[in-house]
Amino acid sequence: MPQRADGAPDAEDASHAVDAGRGPDPARPGAAPVLAVEHAQKSFGAVQALVDGSIELYAGEAHGLVGENGAGKSTLVKVLAGVHLPEGGRMLIGGQETVLRNPAASLDAGIAVIYQEPTLFPDLSVAENIFMGRQPRRSLRRIDRASMERQVRAVLDRLGVRLDPWRATRGLSIADQQIIEIAKALTLEARVIVMDEPTAALSAAEVARLFRVIEALRQDGAAILFISHRLDEVFASCQRITVMRDGRWVLTSLAGDLTPDDLVRAMVGRDLVEREAGAAAELGEPVLRVERLTREGTFVDVSFEVRAGEIVALAGLVGAGRSEVARAIFGVDRYDAGSVTIGGRPLKRGSPTAAMEAGIGLVPEDRRQHGLVMDESLERNIALASLYRLARHGLIPAHASRLFAADWAQRLQIKYGRLTDPVLNLSGGNQQKVVLAKWLSRKPTVLIVDEPTRGIDVGTKAEVHRLLVALAGDGVAVLMISSELPEVLRLADRILVLREGRLVAELAHDEATEEAVIGAAAGLVSAVPA
Amino acid sequence: MNAAAGAPVRIAPAVRSHRLAETLARFRGLAIAAVILIVFGATSIKNPSFAHSTSIQEILTGAALFILLAVGETVVIVTRNVDLSVGSTLGLSAFEVGQLYTHHPHTSVAVALLVGIAIGAACGAVIGLITTVARVPSLVVTLAALYIIRGYVNVIGSGIQIEPSSVPTSFQSIGYSSILGVPWLFVIVIAVALVAAYGMRTFRAGRELYAIGSNPEAAALAGIPVARRVFGAFVISGALAGLGGALFLAEYATVDATGGSGYELLVVAAVVVGGVAIFGGSGNVIGAALGAILLQVINQSLVAVRVSPFWDSAIAGALLLAAIAFDRLLSTRATRAMRAKGGATYVE
Repeated sequence: MPQRADGAPDAEDASHAVDAGRGPDPARPGAAPVLAVEHAQKSFGAVQALVDGSIELYAGEAHGLVGENGAGKSTLVKVLAGVHLPEGGRMLIGGQETVLRNPAASLDAGIAVIYQEPTLFPDLSVAENIFMGRQPRRSLRRIDRASMERQVRAVLDRLGVRLDPWRATRGLSIADQQIIEIAKALTLEARVIVMDEPTAALSAAEVARLFRVIEALRQDGAAILFISHRLDEVFASCQRITVMRDGRWVLTSLAGDLTPDDLVRAMVGRDLVEREAGAAAELGEPVLRVERLTREGTFVDVSFEVRAGEIVALAGLVGAGRSEVARAIFGVDRYDAGSVTIGGRPLKRGSPTAAMEAGIGLVPEDRRQHGLVMDESLERNIALASLYRLARHGLIPAHASRLFAADWAQRLQIKYGRLTDPVLNLSGGNQQKVVLAKWLSRKPTVLIVDEPTRGIDVGTKAEVHRLLVALAGDGVAVLMISSELPEVLRLADRILVLREGRLVAELAHDEATEEAVIGAAAGLVSAVPA
Repeated sequence: MNAAAGAPVRIAPAVRSHRLAETLARFRGLAIAAVILIVFGATSIKNPSFAHSTSIQEILTGAALFILLAVGETVVIVTRNVDLSVGSTLGLSAFEVGQLYTHHPHTSVAVALLVGIAIGAACGAVIGLITTVARVPSLVVTLAALYIIRGYVNVIGSGIQIEPSSVPTSFQSIGYSSILGVPWLFVIVIAVALVAAYGMRTFRAGRELYAIGSNPEAAALAGIPVARRVFGAFVISGALAGLGGALFLAEYATVDATGGSGYELLVVAAVVVGGVAIFGGSGNVIGAALGAILLQVINQSLVAVRVSPFWDSAIAGALLLAAIAFDRLLSTRATRAMRAKGGATYVE
């Protein structure tokens, strides 16, 4: 029977629940799972990423897998993909005990994995991407291009997509790339399709389309494992849900028997206290003032100010120019006209160094590419923006940077093994905290955060929110860019809406509604005050 | 309508992609061929004796070994690796085949060629093993191999020069006799290039080389035996360098310990000029071969118009920069064109 999820199940509850959940599925008496993982374990060095990973997937079900970052979901996915060989436990595929030694074995077993960042070959064509490694062949083992094209057309047809099979995949949107991954899974005739955060980078329309595809695949008898941080999506698309925490299976239940609150409690293991922002503290003087900022072809005449202690959000559709404005302010990109002043003093354009000296910090959108040196240690990453302050006679004493990093890692409650571990090994949420630590340690007067909670879990998200509110409370001027409306509505004192490079609306916290922001962003209402 | 439920939807014919940038990229080979003709034509105007079949033969013979090495280098570079050892491997093979003839004058031509190939393949196998098993970047491994192999040739070849008298005429004739005006040497090399071009386009293993260079992680996730393929690429490159060594001996009939020195960088230059992306994933053997011919044409043209041949390497370098700048321009254009073309359209 589905395990009740009220309250936070502790370890004992969990083991009890394992027994309860392991019987024949109540919804499908007699049916054997197409795939079952039982008590899988996997560790990397000192970190045990998977302590007790278990999941059962049945044909024709969409199964949600949720948990905070670091809960072991991604490790479990990589076990299914044949990337990691588990150290303990066992895996049954179609009732047969199976060991997946490499990705090829996993594909052969009918398991297709679609990652958050699609793993395509940008130089190769759509058709080659779909069939790489298993192209249809004719005599003398030559690749049969005609058959490849036929099959690709057929599968795209089935997905309702028009796409030139022979165009290179470079330049395709993430949504289109995911469709190619799904087409790949279909040509594999995969029995199990695993989707790891497929919606993180998609627009609402693209998400809706993906869900229709998932539903169709499910009805065709595939088992879908759907991993998402967005709980509403999980409820909308899945019949059953499994929760993991700290590398362990916590519960599996019919989606209908759970409420979002149950789920969050099970994921976090405690009750979340959402702090209401917006009820802003005293606002100080304007710190950041942007006047008629223009960059040809990107944004035009953007003017606004952010006061000390204020959180201002830049909202708008993807491509409206929000990140570009932020990058121009920080000096990464140049601008053609207008000015930026910090505390009344004009800021030199096109110079991140000057921006940093003036007290601006920028937490970029893409933390892997722009926010972190992925191969470098936690310590170096945190200290990176403060090297001048730490230096003595031009050299950086090792103990100074270590103490510095340890201090900030603790303040932000970063979960890590050692300070010398590369940030590569941290979960997404913890990586984001490292980026934040790097900038907060400079004690900025203006902090620009671009998509601060993208792809991070509920618990860490709440921590980041609290952090931003606390910063504002300390008098920092915060400029936030976010595509997540609930976040914008909750945190921001004011919301500026950009559309096609122009500021089209300014909404105070109290008057901002989801409809108003979306309407302005999409151009459904005429521009509010200039 | 449930789009994915299998309702038949007629798909419009593939969108024709006649954007300038894409077309140029696709016909990179034609562009290089055009440059070759322009250089050749201009030189002929300045020095009419240049437009003669002997100088064409000279160009083809001179380019042959570079084409051969460029084919092997392309196979490696496409996988996002590089092989800097080809010049030394060629030197080793040339010297060893010469030694073989010194001690066994009656060795048949076929055996001599096979010995050269085997020596090169062995060098490539060692390099491939170190690169894939020990996971040392190929730049470092092949740089080390460049010096180690050259050092070894210096040791065994100190004071020794293979003389034309010890190389049988049957073997030398590969270098000078021709069929229908085309040197045999060139015929062999072109045959190799065509086979490689066909293979890289038509067989799974060939496409997998491109996949590895385009996105190594994705290649592993797609179940491609990445290490085995990269190993194979180095063996092919080594084998072709070994064959090149035997042909070097046939062409010049004399070789000492310095044979093939410095070839590796010219070969890399030819490959990149020929449109093979230095970070892998795209380009083909035919383009690389044309790149090698272009460098050779320029080399000979300088002689014909009596420019100091010392300018040769400066011009090769400038050409390399031009090719890379052209590629950058093209790829930004192409990416933009791809974006503009938009992605999929969906039948709702």
